[in-house]
Amino acid sequence: MDRRQFLKTSTASLATIAVAKPWVAAKAQAEPIRVGLLAPLTGVVAAGGREMVEGTQFYFDGIGNAIAGRKVELMVEDDASNPDTALQKARKLVEQDNAHFLIGNLLANTGLAVANYVKENGTPYFIPIIAADDLTQRARIKNVIRVAGYSASAFTHPLGDYAYKKLGFKRIATISQDYSFGHEQCGGLCQVFVESGGEIVQQFWHPLNTADFSPYLGQIADLKLDALFMMENGADATRLMQQFASFGLKDKLPVISAMNTTDQSVIRTLGSECEGIISAAHFAEGSDNPVTQKFVADYSAKYGKVPSLFGFSMYSGSMWVSQAIEKLKGKVEDRDALIATVLGIELTNSPLGKTVKLDSFGNPIYDVAIRKVVKRPDGKFWNVPIDTYPNVSQFWTYDPETYMKQPSYSRTFQGIKKA
Amino acid sequence: MTLNQVAPSPLVSASRNRTRALLVFAGFLVAAAAVLPLGLSRYHLGLATEVLIYGTLAMSIDILAGFAGRTSLAHGAIFGVSAYVVVYVVSTSGLPPLLGIALGVALGVFAATLLAALFSLIAVRTSGVYFLLITLALGMIIWGICLRWTDVTGGENGLRGDLRIGLLRDPRAFYWITLAVTAVLSFAMWRLVRSPFGLTLRGIRDSESRMRSLGYDVHAHLFVAFTASGFFAGAAGVLYAFFNSFVSPTTVALAQSVQGLLMAITGGIGTLFGSFIGSAAILTLQNVVSSYTERWQTVLGLTFILVMIFAPNGLIGLMRSLLPSNTDRTEP
Repeated sequence: MDRRQFLKTSTASLATIAVAKPWVAAKAQAEPIRVGLLAPLTGVVAAGGREMVEGTQFYFDGIGNAIAGRKVELMVEDDASNPDTALQKARKLVEQDNAHFLIGNLLANTGLAVANYVKENGTPYFIPIIAADDLTQRARIKNVIRVAGYSASAFTHPLGDYAYKKLGFKRIATISQDYSFGHEQCGGLCQVFVESGGEIVQQFWHPLNTADFSPYLGQIADLKLDALFMMENGADATRLMQQFASFGLKDKLPVISAMNTTDQSVIRTLGSECEGIISAAHFAEGSDNPVTQKFVADYSAKYGKVPSLFGFSMYSGSMWVSQAIEKLKGKVEDRDALIATVLGIELTNSPLGKTVKLDSFGNPIYDVAIRKVVKRPDGKFWNVPIDTYPNVSQFWTYDPETYMKQPSYSRTFQGIKKA
Repeated sequence: MTLNQVAPSPLVSASRNRTRALLVFAGFLVAAAAVLPLGLSRYHLGLATEVLIYGTLAMSIDILAGFAGRTSLAHGAIFGVSAYVVVYVVSTSGLPPLLGIALGVALGVFAATLLAALFSLIAVRTSGVYFLLITLALGMIIWGICLRWTDVTGGENGLRGDLRIGLLRDPRAFYWITLAVTAVLSFAMWRLVRSPFGLTLRGIRDSESRMRSLGYDVHAHLFVAFTASGFFAGAAGVLYAFFNSFVSPTTVALAQSVQGLLMAITGGIGTLFGSFIGSAAILTLQNVVSSYTERWQTVLGLTFILVMIFAPNGLIGLMRSLLPSNTDRTEP
């Protein structure tokens, strides 16, 4: 390219930019409420990501894609299960597409990356799936709110209590994927279980995407346990439950698990391997609450499958934010008001069929159901509530200040005081 | 023998008259890039900043791949380590912000250079597919450490910090700073490969045994080249740390190295400045296509195949072949 040619092309491109600018500005004044949805549509958790989009669309379709008379424009971007991509897409949604708020993300690392970004520019960011404890505890960000979500250790605290007091287990071991989400869920269980008087015999941490669990299962069989706690996601959950059953341990050793291990996204494809596993969660698709049943039936009719945590959470999360916008009469531009209103909402008509509100850290307070996987008449499996812990705080029965003085749960800190 | 006592070859003197034209052209490019923020939206400005950062990374890979004939798959790790060090130091040093940042930048670049030196001690004895595999393995080790050393690296969740303080918070200012740093680094890299030292590297690329029999210490040259390229990758990593204020194992993962290499290849291996074109092409494609289809990775993959078939010398190579009047014809 010679210099003249270069000057010509660069003048032309600069002119194009100059012409395009007012058009971009004009677009920003358009009317709809712009929702920026980030979900992993490719990468390791793509299946969950698609259900996130389904759940969100299901809700907005249900309200005619309009809130307080304003049209809803749902913009979906793929975070590729990668924090760098998630950041890039968050920037695009906020800076290019002028999203009024962001919602979504699945993996904790993608959520943490986006949270750090919105911290700087104040965009409201709602995380119905991201469970990283510290986002609503030690590293709270004002405009990041866990609507309809849960902090990782919030449900394993009551599960630890239930395992010791009601199920009568004294000696348990844990097996978990070796990353923060696993560390936090195991930590919640271990702390409460040990403080109640139980003993954690051993903890197994395996890398994500472990194909063969036999080395762990062999050891587990020899430990003389009362029960095993599993914290697994996705394909690891499927493999562990299958291998656990084919090793003949299923009939000998009771299993309790993190809620995601027996989530519909996992047990949908499983048979009797998952039967009888006990977990704790806010949502149980097999609940006989009529509101929950209607949601499950409608969702199943539309998408041909029982809703998973991902579909449910995004549905309820969208509902939560929408009710706040409704209350603001559609004035979604006022970020501070939106955040304050969302924090103040008491969600009455969610698929949970119970009223939910947020604590002052932006994390919901739920009635936590102890659920058991049972077989439905049609041969499929689902989680049915067998007991309830009402109004469970993410800090369990601890004082928030004291609780947050202890370190976050990690592989080296499981809430158990070293003797 | 020393590294620099090489008589000016005919190649150098023949291209000397071209140098001034090239510098003027580069000056124009930088000037054009400098006025860019005046017309771009914030998001596009962010993309442009990213293009510069990744372009620098791709360029550092091109020093080895294009001029020394060694394709490295460890540069993503070197780039990421420097980003990790910067975020870690700035967020934990407890120093006054400016001092902390200065220390972080210095330590980040130093760590990357040191790591590259260490890697090159292991890797420069090999070439071809063995070099590729060794650098791949070294990069994977770094990734493994970043993933498992939770206390320091934050494990899977990575590290966050408030790196953009004061002036850096303004996206335009940050873009200009990035542009200035990139321009200086690019000039340094360009000088490096056009120096007698760079010519020696090309000699090694074309025939290692001949260079050895001429008395050149091949390993020493490769060591210096690898370490220098690590320095540049580290500098890019520092910019990246400031751009994102966040770093996680995906930043040091293999995919990062591969992406850098693909950028260099798409632009044109051995063209150095092609890296920016490659980086712009890939980032634009990624961001535009992924908004329309979730099959964007397929589109990217197909594009790479097409580039390999129709522009094996990269986009710069394609441009050169389409402009027959180009002065480059004097060079073989």
